[in-house]
Amino acid sequence: MTQPLLCLTGLVAGWQVPATRPVDLMVAAGRIVGLTGANGAGKSTLLAAIAGRARVFCGQLEKKPDLRIGLQTQDVPPLSGLPLSGRDVLALTAASADGLPPWLADCLDRRLDRLSGGQRHYLALWAVLQAPAELLLLDEPTNNLDAQGVRHLAQALRTRADAGCGILLVSHDAGFVNGVCDEVIVVEAPDVV
Amino acid sequence: MWSELFLTPFLAGLCLAVLLPLVGCYLRLRDEWLAALAYSHVAAGGALLAMLAGLPPQAGGLLAAAAAGFGKQALLGRLPGGALFPLLLLAGWACSMLVAVNHPLAERVGSALFDGQLYFADGRQLLWLFAGSAICLLVLRRLSASLLLSQLYPDHFRLRGERVWPVHGGFDLLAALALALATTTLGVMATFALVFVPPWLAFRRARSWRRALSLAVAIGVGGYIAAFALALWLDQPFGPVLGLLMVLFGLS
Repeated sequence: MTQPLLCLTGLVAGWQVPATRPVDLMVAAGRIVGLTGANGAGKSTLLAAIAGRARVFCGQLEKKPDLRIGLQTQDVPPLSGLPLSGRDVLALTAASADGLPPWLADCLDRRLDRLSGGQRHYLALWAVLQAPAELLLLDEPTNNLDAQGVRHLAQALRTRADAGCGILLVSHDAGFVNGVCDEVIVVEAPDVV
Repeated sequence: MWSELFLTPFLAGLCLAVLLPLVGCYLRLRDEWLAALAYSHVAAGGALLAMLAGLPPQAGGLLAAAAAGFGKQALLGRLPGGALFPLLLLAGWACSMLVAVNHPLAERVGSALFDGQLYFADGRQLLWLFAGSAICLLVLRRLSASLLLSQLYPDHFRLRGERVWPVHGGFDLLAALALALATTTLGVMATFALVFVPPWLAFRRARSWRRALSLAVAIGVGGYIAAFALALWLDQPFGPVLGLLMVLFGLS
């Protein structure tokens, strides 16, 4: 078996205070791991801890040395009023436009703040998804996407994983998670016994 | 107009008419447009304090603005709520006014700094401005992608184990020095007009970042040339003519 990209053992993460129960998980190259659970279970906090934004209170967090990570958060990039086209954003993260759905590929030269919420979200997500990285952390990637967008995202994630990328995603969309992930971990809320 | 008397000042201002809109685009990207006024006032205050100490005013202006640019990251944490630039502006203005009213020569120099003294630019100053603007443009070109990336994806650098402070600190210093350089040549308000209006218009109209930069420079240079010619033709001070033209551009 190849060396895991990411391994959590009994990890408890939070901001000022612990916000998750101990979590064990492993992400290897080519695997898609999904985190689901109720609101407030700390799924996004776990991703933030892996990305170095939130605190690790106890447990172990091991990453492959020199691991290149891409992170998509639920915070929308501040694009309002900025003269940035889709092509600008993809160029910034060195993401390829190959594979974009036609309904988005046609919008690449338009300003992002003049696209619909779904188009803007998917382009910002695509810029992370296709950037050079070995591990992708995605927080609610299906937000703002219609059924067509969700289907395309599922295909794109599988293609990326088949190319050797490990993916850890958080989603409340059980159908999407069960359909696209190789492994699903349910994170329980810290106050649930 | 093209006689030697006016050619040197014209070229000196032209360097700034190219540089300032570009600096303004990145300040606007970071939602720091007020920095233009703050650094200009700090530079003016520094220039007057240097004059009191018997040092060249230009050196004082550059040093004060550089110190403000350097200290910005440290001060940001202690001054939440976007208070840094308004406080810098007030400090610069208050120092300038106090020096100006307590020193006979300072009043004249202070007035020149706020109103601008473009027509007094000489060959040496032109050389400094040309070299300074060229260096600023090269550094800006190098920082551009990182500035955009850190604004859109703030976690990018930490995730890659790269340091982001050289990007932010480098730009803060560059902006402070460029604005100090401009303030001692064009004056506070003409500098502000070139930093604020062209990027504001370009951001509303351009479809991509590159086009926004080009449009901002075109508006800045066009406005500058028109203001220089109009001010000479009507025998009016350059700064207010440029300010009015920029307001008209903004309203059109």
